[in-house]
Amino acid sequence: MQYIDEYRDRELTELLVKKISEITTSEIRLMEVCGGHTWAIQKFGIPSLLPSNIRLLSGPGCPVCVTSRKYIDQAVAYSRLSDVIITTYGDLIRVPGSSSTLNEETGKGADVRIVYSVLDALKIAKDNPSKKIVFLGIGFETTAPASAAGVLNAVKEGINNFYLFSSHKLMPPALNALIDEGVKIHGYIAPGHVSTITGSKIYEEIPPKYGIGCVVAGFEPVDILQSIYMLVKQVHEKDFRVEIQYKRVVSREGNLKAQAVLNEVFSLRDDWWRGLGVLKESGMCVSEKYSIYDAEKMIPVEVEETREDKGCICGEILKGIKTPKECKLFGKICTPANPVGACMVSSEGACSAHYKFNR
Amino acid sequence: MCLSIPAKVISINEDKAIVTVGGTEIEASIQLLDDVKINDYVLLHTGFAIEKISEEEAMEAMRVLKELGEIDQQIRDSEDK
Amino acid sequence: MMGKNILLGHGSGGKLSHDLIGSLFVKYFDNPVLKAQTDSALLELESSSVAFTTDSYVVDPIFFPGGNIGKLAICGTVNDLAVSGAKPLYISSAFIIEEGFPLEDLERIVAAMADEAKKAGVLIVTGDTKVVNKGQCDKIFINSSGIGVLETKFKHISTGEKIVAGDRIIINGTIADHGMAIMASRNFVNFRTEINSDCAPLNHMIRQILDAGCEIKFMRDATRGGIATVLCELAENKNLGISINELSVKVNEPVRGMCELLGFDPFYVANEGKVIMVVAEKDAAKAVEILKKNEYGKDASIIGEITGSHPGKTVLVTEIGGKRIIDMLAGEQLPRIC
Repeated sequence: MQYIDEYRDRELTELLVKKISEITTSEIRLMEVCGGHTWAIQKFGIPSLLPSNIRLLSGPGCPVCVTSRKYIDQAVAYSRLSDVIITTYGDLIRVPGSSSTLNEETGKGADVRIVYSVLDALKIAKDNPSKKIVFLGIGFETTAPASAAGVLNAVKEGINNFYLFSSHKLMPPALNALIDEGVKIHGYIAPGHVSTITGSKIYEEIPPKYGIGCVVAGFEPVDILQSIYMLVKQVHEKDFRVEIQYKRVVSREGNLKAQAVLNEVFSLRDDWWRGLGVLKESGMCVSEKYSIYDAEKMIPVEVEETREDKGCICGEILKGIKTPKECKLFGKICTPANPVGACMVSSEGACSAHYKFNR
Repeated sequence: MCLSIPAKVISINEDKAIVTVGGTEIEASIQLLDDVKINDYVLLHTGFAIEKISEEEAMEAMRVLKELGEIDQQIRDSEDK
Repeated sequence: MMGKNILLGHGSGGKLSHDLIGSLFVKYFDNPVLKAQTDSALLELESSSVAFTTDSYVVDPIFFPGGNIGKLAICGTVNDLAVSGAKPLYISSAFIIEEGFPLEDLERIVAAMADEAKKAGVLIVTGDTKVVNKGQCDKIFINSSGIGVLETKFKHISTGEKIVAGDRIIINGTIADHGMAIMASRNFVNFRTEINSDCAPLNHMIRQILDAGCEIKFMRDATRGGIATVLCELAENKNLGISINELSVKVNEPVRGMCELLGFDPFYVANEGKVIMVVAEKDAAKAVEILKKNEYGKDASIIGEITGSHPGKTVLVTEIGGKRIIDMLAGEQLPRIC
């Protein structure tokens, strides 16, 4: 398959691993902040190929992982309303809320449907005019334009029973907050698909401010290894800057049309991140202009009080401060079959990836 | 979730396109892009094409990598002598 | 003759039932045992070592590219017997049908069952039909049980007790076709795809390997949960390690495309015409040759081996030479796949 196979070429990956190990033997810590990267790194077995001085840390890049428990509780509360159909991406249905999951609610009769796209949710809205279709919009700048487009299409097609429940978040505040919180890394493997939308310009303040590099990476093995090579070179040469490895889809400016759609439909608000707390202007909420499509404004519901699980250190794991192995619950009480925290539920979560690869 | 995949555009109908991923055809929205043409490759994410894949950039990137390999080979060859 | 749809009366044992059995089941399944319509099928078995299996089929949708629920019901049960090393002989089929189900669809399903039974060389000798009120079952559910005879020399195949390090792991073809065919026909997304289920009866193919004298240590069909589930269970139970070479596992291009699109790992996707065999190293190449000559084994390959290292774990050597552990699947990747 074009644009996939050539980036899995074994000769190239072996060459890149060799080049990486030739640069330096000092310890280099790199953090990736995209669930897709966590997953790809694990899937291809990249840690088993890298020289031992290169440490890859998983940051808060999994949208499911950083979504607050309160959001799940509210989604659960919506699902219990008899006139609501919940539409959601797959991963979310098993994430634990304070007392239930969407999957469990389905068992109790809630109408929760997994969709591939917000466009499917719109179809469901058209087919069910007497119901309220609530779409769970999670994800970063990659996915937010789709949700925004969903709202605009609802306007265009005169769909009045579609509601977006947004937990969309922005990357840069988290990238800054991590270093501010004391996470010690030499560089960011920057999220390739977020950057497709935003452009690499969003990272430009980081190298001068923190003295670390940012390389925007693709998701195939050659992409990831080449990005690591570029970052290690930057560290060795003490020349920290923003570079784009994923040039075939990422530019400095990004997708301006998608950015316009985002700016049209969303406003910024302070938002809570697991492991990082509240970050200023890090979340996207439906703007005033489109408030009739905002689930939070239009569908009143009582939400139970949020209870976090004791012992779950997803927060610290998301910051790369602790590894999954250091969590008392990891592998014993918290497993992919019985997840306690979001990091284990999501296939992109650090704990889930670690469980699969590193036992 | 961050799942985006290269897909080839095989037909266009206003702001929708049929794209193919390894023989599976799927309808995608191209409303987030301008100027999409048949035979373009796009990045498909949750039913939307979010960017066009630049063939020139891809070829250039491959060229750079191959060059890296060649330089590496030259070094090894000269070390062997 | 009869109306267009199944009525409650078709399951109540009276005239309607009788007509249905005669004009459909006996007509298609057509054998002396069934024709006798005794309460129990009276059978002669050439051995007292018997393999006996049962499975219920609730696949959604009931018609999918490459087959239907009826075809599955026969092949699935035949294969469960065949992978135990047994010779499948007799099948029972019990139907639970929703009131209002189109008779035309039922006939299609029954015809497919008759076809597969003929291909596999088994007889459908007994059955049952119940009809429930609309809404009390989803269109049609089928249970099929099967009996086969088992030679003593093959008894170890089910337990795998003779597996040793160095044994090779073989599969008879491409993976994930069935699961993705089901996925594609569920209208989950606006797909068009050429994926067909690999649903097939494997007993003749397996018999060829056994008759050729290849030392088969273990067999299991890789249905729900995919090949990963079979491999993980095997490694855990035997406390031996398994090493799989990702490049040796074949995935059809459209299946691969769909898996990439939806984020499915083909290793965990259901198959309905694939058997994992553990074969002694000395016979592995020969086994693959024999499989390749059979219509259901054309893409057979050695995909890995049993090893003394990392006992209990299944390790995958990835496309790029990296290593990772293959785990048991937590939860359901796809519901109601078979």
